[in-house]
Formats: sequence, structure tokens, C-alpha cells
Amino acid sequence: MAKTVDQYFEDVRETRVWRSVFRSGTGSSTLKRALAIQQNVFLHLFSTKVRTRMLSFSATWYLGTLTLGTFLLLVATGIPLMLYYHPSVPQAYADTKDLQFVVSSGLFLRNLHRWSAHAMVFLVFAHMFKVFYRGAYRPPREFNWVIGVVLLLITLLLSYTGYLLPWDQLAYWAITVGSNIASAVPLVGDKIHFLLLGGHAVNANALLRFYVLHCMILPLTAMFFVAIHFWRIRKDGGLYSHSSEPGVVRARTAGEMPGTITASRNIGEQRGTPSPAGVKEGK
Amino acid sequence: MADTKDFVAGFDSNAKRSPRRIVFVTRRTSAQVKAETEEQIQTFPEVLFRAAVAIMALATALIWIALIFNAPLEGLADPSHTPNPAKAPWYFLGLQEMLHYFPPVVAGVLVPGLVVMALVVIPYFKVNIEADGFFLKDRKRRVRVFYLVAVLLSIFLGWFHVIVALVPTLIMAGLMLVASQSPPKSASAFRRYLATRPLSYWVMTWFLFELIVLTAVGTFFRGPGWSWIWPWQGA
Repeated sequence: MAKTVDQYFEDVRETRVWRSVFRSGTGSSTLKRALAIQQNVFLHLFSTKVRTRMLSFSATWYLGTLTLGTFLLLVATGIPLMLYYHPSVPQAYADTKDLQFVVSSGLFLRNLHRWSAHAMVFLVFAHMFKVFYRGAYRPPREFNWVIGVVLLLITLLLSYTGYLLPWDQLAYWAITVGSNIASAVPLVGDKIHFLLLGGHAVNANALLRFYVLHCMILPLTAMFFVAIHFWRIRKDGGLYSHSSEPGVVRARTAGEMPGTITASRNIGEQRGTPSPAGVKEGK
Repeated sequence: MADTKDFVAGFDSNAKRSPRRIVFVTRRTSAQVKAETEEQIQTFPEVLFRAAVAIMALATALIWIALIFNAPLEGLADPSHTPNPAKAPWYFLGLQEMLHYFPPVVAGVLVPGLVVMALVVIPYFKVNIEADGFFLKDRKRRVRVFYLVAVLLSIFLGWFHVIVALVPTLIMAGLMLVASQSPPKSASAFRRYLATRPLSYWVMTWFLFELIVLTAVGTFFRGPGWSWIWPWQGA
């Protein structure tokens, strides 16, 4: 009897080696699917179930997912770029030229990194505004919104530090204009400016500092906060949907027009509110 | 509902053996009852599959862009030769536009600092959580406050000739004016929509509008010496 492709995959999943790697085991029951999320160190950040309605494109426009996508693309293109790049003056510029004209696919790598970076900045802003207009910052999600603001700033810094690395005229003067703003901070402005650049002007020290920030410190910080950001979505009750808010449910169950009642009267009372139906049944 | 009380009262316990207990179960604070069972879907594999498809679609689009358009690369950095205009990355051009009008401590430190602070505190204000239509409650006072803020802001922006920020402000003020005069049960769907918009909506939309206009002006309409040029004139 001929085996189907699925059966071959199933055979592989039942081998001792596979079972030693993936804790959740085989099978496609609801339990096994839940375990596939729970028992995986990366996936356990997410909830095991999602409201079906939240999968529709209009609910989120997938902006958070797409932002993660750009981040993954940037890591995937950034690491090969690092192999061809020396953060020194004027070698940095020569390396960038080599990437353009000598290295195989170097031009493509740099293009993809550059456009993905612009896309990421745009998507982070778009994600923020979409979350705002959906009202998804409402308790208990307040702190995840704050982490989101932190991630916005990290994204801007990542893009900004990367801007200097080609060491061309565009990079040099954009960073000069930008870093001069730091000098305007009252009292400690010049100190911040010096700390950022490792000197009084954009020079080789600044290039090295921006390189370390861009390739080490900021990506690691971003990953740290992204992990908390995802984990908090699960802990705060999954993707926000306005019509699942207890206040809205209460209003709807009470037979009132859903659109005319705002989500929450008093947030302190929101966590774990019974529906009026539940109270009635309790009589 | 026919029952307007906020709680249900009941009697418990045997009066012969123990004192009478009166139980009040208020509608708001009794034990947790699951509010709603909505249809849910397993994350593995359905949701992960959708996320992967979305990311791959994005990657495909970006790869096409990377194949067609080259990233800019100018001449070697030269500290002795300043290009005119020296522009920041596009997402900072709104800031650079503000720097054209105001001293760096205002446009470069105070304004971005306030914006970040305003973003952080959004979910900690009850008014943003309740999100009632701004002009629906306490209308007279709020309309007066709105007039005052709109006029002062417009005078301030006009005083410093910040036309690019003044125009979006006036457009938003016009929309708010319509909102303030629209009853929530207006016949027009657009006016009904405006009437139910909360304060946070107005502030954020104004911010988004300014952000887009200032960034677009900085990107396409600024030439040598930060003078106004048209995109078709070239830098």
C-alpha cells in the first residue's frame, strides 16, 4: 500500500530524534495543537487560541505581524552585510562600494536591508495608529502600549544609527543635522552630544559607536522588548476586540443598541465583570 | 430592563441556628463569570500559517522593490563640503521642518519630548478609556475650551509663520466645529460619526495629520536653504 506524503511526515515526527527535539509530540488533536504552542520556548509567548474574528484583515491589517516580518528580514540581510563591512574611516565607504559593485548579490542585500528598514519605520507608525484607533490600549493593555512606544523609539534609533554606516555624504550630513539636536538639550546637551558621537563632531569614533549600537545593543534591546510585547498580548487577554469587552457585552445583553454604549464605564470594575444574564440566573 | 436596582438581595442560613445573613450580589463586583464565548481558532497551525503567509507576501514585495530600486549612495563623506539642503532621514523631516521655525530647544527637545510623554500616558487617562464623544457631555464648557485652544494655537502658529502646521490645524478645527454642532442622532452618517469622536481621537488625528503634512513638506517641498520648492523643480 502506497504511503501518502502526510504519512511520511508523520513517520518522521514519530522518530526518537524528532521526539527528543519537540516536546509536544505528534498528533493533530486540539490538545496536541495547544501543546505545540505551549511547549515551545518561542511560541509559548503567544496564546494557544485566537478569536476567529481577529484573523480578518480589517481587524488588525496584520501590521504587528508585518513589522515582525521586516525585523526578521533586517536580521537576515544585516548579518551577511556585517561580513563585508569594517566600521572604520574611510574603509566603511570602500566596503559599501564593494557591496554595490564587487560582492555577489551585495547590491541586492544592501537594497533589501535599506528598503526593509524604511518599511519597518513606516509599519511601526502604522501599527501604533491602528492600535490607537481600535482603542486597543485600554486596560489591562496599558503597559503593552507603553512597551510599544519604547519599541517605536528603538526602531527610530536603529534606523538612525544604520543611516551613518555607509559613510557617504548623505549619511554624514544626516547624522550631523540630527546629532546637533542633542546639543540643544538644556544643561547636559553638549555632554549627550559628546557621549553619542565620541567626539565633538561626526568622526571615526561616532562611526564605531553607531556600528555597535546598530548591530549589537539596539537589536538585542529590541528583541527583549518584542518578547515582552508578544507575551503581554497573551497575558492581557489576547488580541483586543472591542465587542468582547465586558461593558459592550453587558450593554448588548441588556438589549440596548451596541453602538451607543461605550466600552467601559469604570475600568476598575471591568476585570471579571459578570454579564447581567449571569446575575439573573443567580437569583 | 425592568429591574432598575443595582444588586439582588437574598436571605441565607437557618435563622434558628445562626444569625440571619443578608447577601448582596451587586451587578458589578460579584465573582467572575465568563462574559462571552466567542468562536476561537487554534494558533497552531492556522494562525501561524496566516502570519507566515503575510510575512512572505511582504518579503516578496520588498524583494521586488530591492531588485528594481537601488539604495542611494553618494560620494565619500566630506566634512568640509556641506550639501544644501542637508536633510535628515524622512521620518525626522517633520522635526527638521519644525527646527526651521523654532529654536532647537523647542523643536528638537521640548516638542518630541512632549509627544513621547503624551503617547505614553494615553491609556492612563479615564477619558481616553471611556472614549465618549467629546462634545456630548458638558457641552457648553467644552465648546468654549475648544474655541480658546483652537484660536490660541492658530494665533501662535500664525505669529511664527508656520503655515504648514497652521493649515492642518485649521482643517481639524473646522471638523471639530462641525462635530460640536452635530447631534449624536443627526441624519447624516458623517456628522453622527464626528459627534461621537472622543477627545483623544481629535488630538491623535491632529497629530497624525501634522506628522504627514510636515514630513511630506520636508521630503518634497524643501530645497536649498530650506526654501520652498515644487517637487518638479528638482533640488
